[in-house]
Amino acid sequence: MTTVSAAPPADARDAASTSAAAARRSDVRSRWLLAAPALALIFVGAVGPLAIVLVYSFLAPGDYSGVVWTLSGDAWFNVFLERDIFDDTVGPSWAHLSIFWRSVSLSLATTVLALLIGFPIAYFVATREPRWRSVWLFAITIPFWTNLLIRTFAIMELVRNEGVINTILMATGLVSAPIQMLYTDFAVMLGMLYVYLPLMVLPIYASLERLDFRLVEAAYDLYAGRLQVLRWVILPLTKPGIVAGSILVFIPSLGAYVTPRVLGGGKNLMLGNLIELQFSQGRNWPLGAALAMTLMAIVTVALLVYLRVAAGTRSSAHG
Amino acid sequence: MTEDRDARGLDIRRVGKVFAQAGKADFRALDDVSLSIRSNEFFTLLGPSGCGKTTLLRMIAGFEHPSEGQILLGGQDIGTLPPFARPVNTVFQNYALFPHLTVAGNIAFGLEMLRVPRAEIDETVGRMLRLVRMEAMRSRRPSEISGGQQQRVALARALAPHPKILLLDEPLSALDLKLRKEMQIELKRLQSETGITFVFVTHDQEEALTMSDRIAVMSEGKVLQVGSPHDIYDRPANRFVASFIGETNFLEGAVESVTPAGAAVRLAGGALIVAGAPSGGLPSGRTTVVIRPEHIDLVAAGGPATLTAKVEASVYFGTDTHHHLRLADGAPFVVRRQSRRQEGGEFPVGAEVGVVIPDLAAQVLGD
Repeated sequence: MTTVSAAPPADARDAASTSAAAARRSDVRSRWLLAAPALALIFVGAVGPLAIVLVYSFLAPGDYSGVVWTLSGDAWFNVFLERDIFDDTVGPSWAHLSIFWRSVSLSLATTVLALLIGFPIAYFVATREPRWRSVWLFAITIPFWTNLLIRTFAIMELVRNEGVINTILMATGLVSAPIQMLYTDFAVMLGMLYVYLPLMVLPIYASLERLDFRLVEAAYDLYAGRLQVLRWVILPLTKPGIVAGSILVFIPSLGAYVTPRVLGGGKNLMLGNLIELQFSQGRNWPLGAALAMTLMAIVTVALLVYLRVAAGTRSSAHG
Repeated sequence: MTEDRDARGLDIRRVGKVFAQAGKADFRALDDVSLSIRSNEFFTLLGPSGCGKTTLLRMIAGFEHPSEGQILLGGQDIGTLPPFARPVNTVFQNYALFPHLTVAGNIAFGLEMLRVPRAEIDETVGRMLRLVRMEAMRSRRPSEISGGQQQRVALARALAPHPKILLLDEPLSALDLKLRKEMQIELKRLQSETGITFVFVTHDQEEALTMSDRIAVMSEGKVLQVGSPHDIYDRPANRFVASFIGETNFLEGAVESVTPAGAAVRLAGGALIVAGAPSGGLPSGRTTVVIRPEHIDLVAAGGPATLTAKVEASVYFGTDTHHHLRLADGAPFVVRRQSRRQEGGEFPVGAEVGVVIPDLAAQVLGD
């Protein structure tokens, strides 16, 4: 076949290559043009506000609110450290650090519990007949139709001292006095778990639904018991869904505002509440901005670590 | 089925399977199936789709449990054991290779689940890779190798734990013709090298004939005939087996007498032929004889012939020519003759020809 076509003359080749380069240039230009609306939106909606927050965090607070345009590192200093009002010594800001710790640990616990509860739910739905799957998925997404505040108050109704859980426990005689659950970390976590569980279930369902269950049969055939099939076949193959679901639960949990506010009362603050406080009663916008940037840094670091770990287990399995 | 039972073989005793269907009558996939598969045998379950062959295979594997009857392996009833507790491995129709593992990881999977020591696993994986000639691909993922290579990995993965029985569920159906022919030879080689019993499911009669030691022909949940490829092809037990395997002519007639050499059959047209008798005893009265198209000869009209017919069409295949005839009583009849170079126009369309049926070319059907 190739013997028939001779190489084209050199100048023809050059002409062809220059016109190809021109075509490539105009191709690149049209791509940028096509992407321009999206890029503009990203700039206006994400990069711009972030830049404002970053700049504000290096300014001084105004007397009543807002900022004074003088460069200051006080906000960042106050995020992590505090000056003792009596002897002027500098020490770590335990109040802030405990709120960071509570935010991270509650978000982690919420994510792990959501995974432990969400995976079996997703598995159950994915193994139903196709026409039932949509019914179940519909049922799972119903809570999204209700206002977040109302859903949170519903949880409050469950856990408060005169609430459903305590009433039942008292009626059955299991406890003599109501268990204090409202305004504890437990209540905050329960609320976040309830609110974010569908965000765990849906991506895991999506990856389970794509899973070829003939692979499960193949594993059974190759002497794998139920747990081994789960460990060595189902979990590795649904990892993208597990990673996505964990991220979707962890990030909003870390910045949760309404749930800790309602269920945690005044004392169990999370980062979201602390930030809100600086912009309202605290009248310290730069500190709020610095805290918001810190939250973002925590999320970014957590994501990088998580993705590194998730990718690492894949490449090391079975060399 | 009165064949000698092999103590180490697979014994399927009066197995039946009924599937309950929501809102419909129960579906009987298998009905009173009995088979004895010897160890080291290449045994094929052959039949059209829906005949129950895959259900039977899945039952041997443990994915389905029999509604009735027993499945004995080496004398032990395995019918109720889960798949992971049976020394039986499967090569799946779609291969079902684990996409997240390498070729070597796939082959090692069964041994890892059996908690075989690492050194032994590595040694076996190396041997399996050599056996299926995939050493160079050991670190690739299934998505990075061709269909034929995936097929070989699936084979190696199922052979690695050295099962007593290897089940193959139409493993060649996804391959193109040339690759399929190569894999047929490869499978035969693997079977003789490993000495493992192969139970092979296919709907391809040619595949069954070329590869099997013995074949069970199935239809509608029943086993119709078990025998060597020669038995099945030359001495089909009934009309279904005869028509499912190869091209066949059917002629009506009546058995006149039986000699040790065969049965004398008076055909409907008046001619007398000597045909093979079925092993299960001769039916009395009207009977059907089958004749393979390649066992018949044609002569010019007026020659010494058993039947006369008219040529309706001739199809040239290179190696041979198929002559489609119409008999005097209107029945269609096919004759296949090997092509000869000097030939041409000997039996033109529309010509009257004589059909010669040699002694024992035909077989009397059992039913």
